[in-house]
Amino acid sequence: MAAGLILSGCDNSNNIAGINTATGTAPTAENVNVAGTNEPVVETQSYKISVKNLTLAQPMSPLLVAYHSKEVRLYTIGQPASLGLEMLAESGDNASLLATLSEKTEVTASQGGSGVFGPGKMTELTLNGTVSDCISVVSMLVNTNDAFIAASCVDVSSLAKGASMTLQLPVYDAGTEKNDEEASSIPGPAGGGEGFNEARDDRDFVASHGGVVTADDGFITSALTQTHKWSNPAALLTIERTN
Amino acid sequence: MFIKVLKTVALASLLTGVTQAAEIEVKIINNTGASTFTPLLVTTHAHSTQLYTVGSEASVALQTMAEGGNIALLVSDLNSEEATVVANPNEGLLFAGKSTTATLSTTATNDSLSIVAMILPTNDGFVALNNWKVPTEPGVYRVNLNAYDAGTEANDEVINGGAPLGTAGIPADPSGNAGENATGFDTEAEGFVHVHRGVLGDTDPEGGKSDLDATKHRWLNPVATAIITVK
Repeated sequence: MAAGLILSGCDNSNNIAGINTATGTAPTAENVNVAGTNEPVVETQSYKISVKNLTLAQPMSPLLVAYHSKEVRLYTIGQPASLGLEMLAESGDNASLLATLSEKTEVTASQGGSGVFGPGKMTELTLNGTVSDCISVVSMLVNTNDAFIAASCVDVSSLAKGASMTLQLPVYDAGTEKNDEEASSIPGPAGGGEGFNEARDDRDFVASHGGVVTADDGFITSALTQTHKWSNPAALLTIERTN
Repeated sequence: MFIKVLKTVALASLLTGVTQAAEIEVKIINNTGASTFTPLLVTTHAHSTQLYTVGSEASVALQTMAEGGNIALLVSDLNSEEATVVANPNEGLLFAGKSTTATLSTTATNDSLSIVAMILPTNDGFVALNNWKVPTEPGVYRVNLNAYDAGTEANDEVINGGAPLGTAGIPADPSGNAGENATGFDTEAEGFVHVHRGVLGDTDPEGGKSDLDATKHRWLNPVATAIITVK
């Protein structure tokens, strides 16, 4: 299976988090209209997306999934988060980002889950849309200021019907809210505080998350304990092409 | 000097035909929130060449890079091995969230890619890709890069402008998030290269044990991503 092919580096120590996967996939002619007619063939494909929460005590907000072309990115390392992503990463509410995505012609399908999935739990959504390039997913770690797990534009263009691929997901920091870890700014059960706040009082670009510090590690104003820490990967993503 | 590894695949290479030379583009993204990479070293070299081996003592050249960001000795070693070297493609520091691209070639002999740069602020932490065999099939490949500890300097987390090789002390925090007057962690050089356990930092900018900010300077792997285009 070309799309699920994992090319391991020569140095396994580069692969500690299990996310050092170099995937090289060549484009396929599978979706090209080979009938020789001028009639446009509008093909659709369906995918089952499941995400498992691998953390100890970080419930994850309702999942957002999208099937889209390469031109679309839910976020870019080093660039400011969109307003929709800021809302999702600070409050767990996926509605705004979902609305933005569903208006784009480059997004052929998108779905928002409705339920939080806790540690050890799995959530599942389906996508059914006109053939496109890749799939993205995002969900907030709710016992944080603005942390989220995500996969950005996973190439599914050569995933055969019935085949699936699995990826380990790290945690990102939206960079839109200072990581003060105070109860008043953590919406999850560890804080019960505020979700979205339009102020951007952090570095204002998306980056890999450095993890939470917690009160147990001397950050005495933190509402979090050592149980809320995680290491990458924090989630396991499986994409199965069902049609 | 580099550590030589056994050429166990040499015969197989001969039997499977000639490996073609190719131009490759290597885009390196600093994934962190507040860590800075010193000038990067990007090189294609023989698979028998390694800039370091996890579990073994660092070379002086690697130590010089990891403690102070100076890649000159590594470059000199690689040149003598007839490697292809791109030194400092970003012409300076690569800040958090930023990326840079190096263009270089592989040859039948120089078929493996390595990337290193010191991470600031750390004592002797560095980001690396170690001896990655470049695929011969054209395409775009993503590789995640982890942070390593050279094991040559105690991780005291005190920013003092730097210190001689082997002596604790961090040169600087170019991100501007550091504190001052830290007393430092009482620790020792570990003696061998290993995956970095991360920095601790503290939440006291005026003192405490660390000059690093626990809420900003910590990282989790992967600290960088390399997107390699084989043409």
